[in-house]
Amino acid sequence: MKYVLLVYQAPGAFDALPEEERNALRAEFDAFSEELTASGELIGGAGLADAPSGRTVRVRNGVPVTTDGPFAEAKEQLAGYYVVDCESIDRAAEIAARDPASRLWAIEVRAVMHEAGQEM
Amino acid sequence: MTTDTGVEDLLRGLAPQVLGVLIRRHGRFDACEDAVQEALLAAAVQWRAEGVPESPRGWLITVASRRLADAVRSDAARRRREDAAATLEPEDAAAAPAPGDESPAEEDDTLTLLLLCCHPALSPASQLALTLRAVGGLTTAEIAHAFLVPEATMAQRISRAKQRIKAAGARFEIPADAERTERLRVVLHVLYLMFNEGYTASSGLQLQRAELTREAIRLTRAVRERLPDDGEVAGLLALMLLTDARRPARTGPDGALIPLAEQDRRRWDADAIRDGIALITATLARGPVGPYQLQAAIAAVHAEAARAEDTDWKQIVALYTLLERFTPNPMVTLNHAVAVAMVHGPRAGLDLLSTLDGDERLAEHHRLDAVRAHLLEMAGDVAAARAAYRTAARRTTSRPERRYLEARAARLAVRESAAR
Repeated sequence: MKYVLLVYQAPGAFDALPEEERNALRAEFDAFSEELTASGELIGGAGLADAPSGRTVRVRNGVPVTTDGPFAEAKEQLAGYYVVDCESIDRAAEIAARDPASRLWAIEVRAVMHEAGQEM
Repeated sequence: MTTDTGVEDLLRGLAPQVLGVLIRRHGRFDACEDAVQEALLAAAVQWRAEGVPESPRGWLITVASRRLADAVRSDAARRRREDAAATLEPEDAAAAPAPGDESPAEEDDTLTLLLLCCHPALSPASQLALTLRAVGGLTTAEIAHAFLVPEATMAQRISRAKQRIKAAGARFEIPADAERTERLRVVLHVLYLMFNEGYTASSGLQLQRAELTREAIRLTRAVRERLPDDGEVAGLLALMLLTDARRPARTGPDGALIPLAEQDRRRWDADAIRDGIALITATLARGPVGPYQLQAAIAAVHAEAARAEDTDWKQIVALYTLLERFTPNPMVTLNHAVAVAMVHGPRAGLDLLSTLDGDERLAEHHRLDAVRAHLLEMAGDVAAARAAYRTAARRTTSRPERRYLEARAARLAVRESAAR
């Protein structure tokens, strides 16, 4: 089963940390990423650029309306995501708990819909 | 002139034999497996272009041995570079491979390899991947393709699996009796999972994943050749044949799932059904019975009914009762409840289902809601059935299943409003 792990973070939370802590965290993130790659469970993922420099698109009555943001006022924003292929949602949650981001912020674990099905 | 499929089939059949020879000579399952994989890739290219050599097996052994020697040498060179003081010699330097081994295999290594690849230290996903590569002779790219993951992910999974086997100190030999029985059970389970991975693929992905079904049947046949008297091996093979026979009828042209009761049975594969029924009938007569045999027997009863309404549900209920005794498991109970409903009416089925309420293994599982919805519909409780279909649709992670369940709910909504 594939799961997407969505990392939510208060805007600027990482930058607000003292440099020493940021460096230690970077090393931890690298180690976590290596561990997950080596286990053969990581499919892919990425950190996301600053939210306010992104765009939000809505098409209404056929007319696209594009606004800047999400804005920095939002309490928590999507800061990154990764996709894993593992046994169960329990294992996916266990993986999320190994990510240092889960200690500081929050990670949402969601199953990815798939195309296999059993006739009933 | 050999066709591409001919070369592929030949290579897949030879893969475990060649790997077995190499491991016997050199030990080191992980390095030998890499070397064989490289030899298979080389053969796939060269044989298609230049034709199959006179002794394909000898060719593969020679090439794989050479690759192994190269790997050992470069490994040793790297170690020497890394540690100037070291005077390490490659472990296998003395065991230079003999030129092309032309003698037929004195020992058949397929089963030994299967038992090794399905080592209990590995997760089921790793057991599957490693089995397909080391025993099935599939390339990492083919396996990744079948499991819909990037090749890099699959390569990591396989390499981690081999490290684990090494760390567990597993040996290339058939384990002693008690352990052998237990390990064979794992092998059969892995083959069963492999089959299901392929079988449950929806139409859009069937071509991609049909490989898994084909391999599962091929490998189960190979196990049966080695263990012709094992009833459960035969039972599993019969179950696969009888289930796979329904494949052409299980999805509509748009990929929608068609339930067993509504399938066009003329589209079932009659040959596979005949083989499956003959196999399970002969096997059950011999005993002792086991869970795969019982599941195959249930599939056979379905296969024997020309129309859904001809199904011998009484016999199916009896078989499920027996199956539950072997493998008490909520999924079996779900199917049992459907059969009970067909014999004794929907309320009896719902009563059996209610024994599963609060079962942690099924908490939030869409199948419980789906079966309940089906039985409620049979009982004429339209509103409750619709609600249960909707809950099931929300809970499944499968898009074809969700489409099917939503369609059932929608159909009931129409019926309900028409009745008003």
